[in-house]
Amino acid sequence: MAALLECRGLDVRFSTDTGTVAAVSGLDFDLAPGECLGIVGESGSGKSQTFLAMFGLLAANGTATGSVKYRGTEILNAPRAVLDELRGNRLAMVFQDALSGLTPTMRVGEQLAEVLVRHQGLSRADARARAIEALEIVRLPDAARRYEAYPFELSGGMRQRVMIAMASLCRPEVLVADECTTALDVTVQAQVLRLLDGMKRKAGTAIVLITHDLGVVAGLCDRVLIMYGGRAVEIGPVRRIFREPAHPYTRALLRSMPSLGADPAVDLPVIPGQPPDLENLPPGCAFAPRCTERFAPCQAERPALQVAAADHRSACHLGRVQ
Amino acid sequence: MTATAGSASLWRKAGRRFARNRAAMASVVVLALITLASIIVPITWHFGIEDASWESILTPPSLADGHWFGTDANGRDLFVRTLYGGRISLAIGVLTTIVALAIGVTWGAVAGFTGGRVDGLMMRFVDVLYSLPLIFFIIILVTVFGRNIFLVFVGIGAVEWLTMSRIVRGQTLSVKTREFVDAAVAIGVSRGAILARHVVPNVLGPVIVYVTLLIPTNIIVESYLSFLGLGVQEPLTSWGLLISQGAGQLEQAPWLLAFPAAFLAVTMFCFNFIGDGLRDALDPRDR
Repeated sequence: MAALLECRGLDVRFSTDTGTVAAVSGLDFDLAPGECLGIVGESGSGKSQTFLAMFGLLAANGTATGSVKYRGTEILNAPRAVLDELRGNRLAMVFQDALSGLTPTMRVGEQLAEVLVRHQGLSRADARARAIEALEIVRLPDAARRYEAYPFELSGGMRQRVMIAMASLCRPEVLVADECTTALDVTVQAQVLRLLDGMKRKAGTAIVLITHDLGVVAGLCDRVLIMYGGRAVEIGPVRRIFREPAHPYTRALLRSMPSLGADPAVDLPVIPGQPPDLENLPPGCAFAPRCTERFAPCQAERPALQVAAADHRSACHLGRVQ
Repeated sequence: MTATAGSASLWRKAGRRFARNRAAMASVVVLALITLASIIVPITWHFGIEDASWESILTPPSLADGHWFGTDANGRDLFVRTLYGGRISLAIGVLTTIVALAIGVTWGAVAGFTGGRVDGLMMRFVDVLYSLPLIFFIIILVTVFGRNIFLVFVGIGAVEWLTMSRIVRGQTLSVKTREFVDAAVAIGVSRGAILARHVVPNVLGPVIVYVTLLIPTNIIVESYLSFLGLGVQEPLTSWGLLISQGAGQLEQAPWLLAFPAAFLAVTMFCFNFIGDGLRDALDPRDR
């Protein structure tokens, strides 16, 4: 099937007082209709900036180049009029922190209704009814009364559900969830993930799940894209990557996942060293300084993404040698 | 914190905190009384503001003859004139503040939200107007258009919005970087709607406090202009004009200065207490 989103050669740069930060470099990926793609990487790996750039939300000192197409329409750096028709309507985003993502001086219901009035031209009364319905779908208890509530009157989990309700109002084709469960405790996190899964199954929404929790990816995603230092290091089906990770970084991430059966006396393996300095990326593989499997070419030449299996690609010199 | 019954709004919560502030609440009551009296007394009092009387020139205050605050050099009743002056002074204070509020909030919010070159141009324009002295500006208005109370409104309003626009711009600059603005952009809300519905309501706290301080400032400015003979003209009167006339007769008839000055001072105190109360009530750290 044709891709819903097609990202080609995406670069995101920030100019700062000390130099240029390469937040995202040469990123390629596709998103198929109805699939769930996990984006995994540590802080500063460029996973959020990728999608902020796509939504036209980069900070003032940021520039994005390359191409991102939604159903064949270029959306990267597209005029505001084009973006405004898509954002909130066909493409939706759920932010990490639902408290700062909701306008504090507006009732949550009004914020939902605003989306419907804007994109579907509903009357205030119809929009209100639909908004309450959407709040019920995300299982916000007592939705009609909560319509009148201000964001600070809701708990963190409720706010995140409001954000998801807002994002799903117009039945978007793509929903980007940017670490939307990070600030929540595990039970609420499970509820929120179930909501996202429901949207995917019932409404056929394609979901991009940005996270650093591989457990979440395993439970929900079809494919996963592992990012490091602003580049894709590995992309492929979740099952395959969990079973046969091709990149040493992915292997290290999987090793550092806690598991219930593990001996609590044994320290969890960690990845030694620091994430790369995005202002001075090494010429070779960005992960090489921390990599336990590095060899001669790693620090000299940057490995390109290569096919490891049918739809599984990885950017490591090891793969080429084997 | 989960939702409480009835979902008290931000403003209602602030209102409750404000109601606990005794000085502020007392000020509201006193101010309401002064306002009501200035509206009602000039209509119902047994002396009019222009009723001169040769029999009672410069009589001291007395309850017996009905001139509670005494009379002026034309035998006019000071009580009714003080309250009538209150009408003009309060009206000027409130109306000029509304003018300043409307222009200042719009100008500052648009400049701050748009940013870049537009912001630079808009704020340099404010700087230029800032450098123009108020009195000079009013004198120009008065010489060109003649003496007219309407000019006082326009003149004060046109100058006092400058500070308002700076306050609003500064607040807008900080609010527009908050995540909820990005979130609103991300759901496709138009720029105008983001400004009007998501940004401006979040800058209103400091604006409201400034309004309660701007009203007395404008009353004082009007008094100052009237004192110089540029503001309200006889037979209309205002607190400023009454004070200026009273100051001239301080030795023969001190009450002519004392009563209008007392009313002006009490009103100033009230507005300042209310401003303080609002600032405390709207402080988000107490939320």
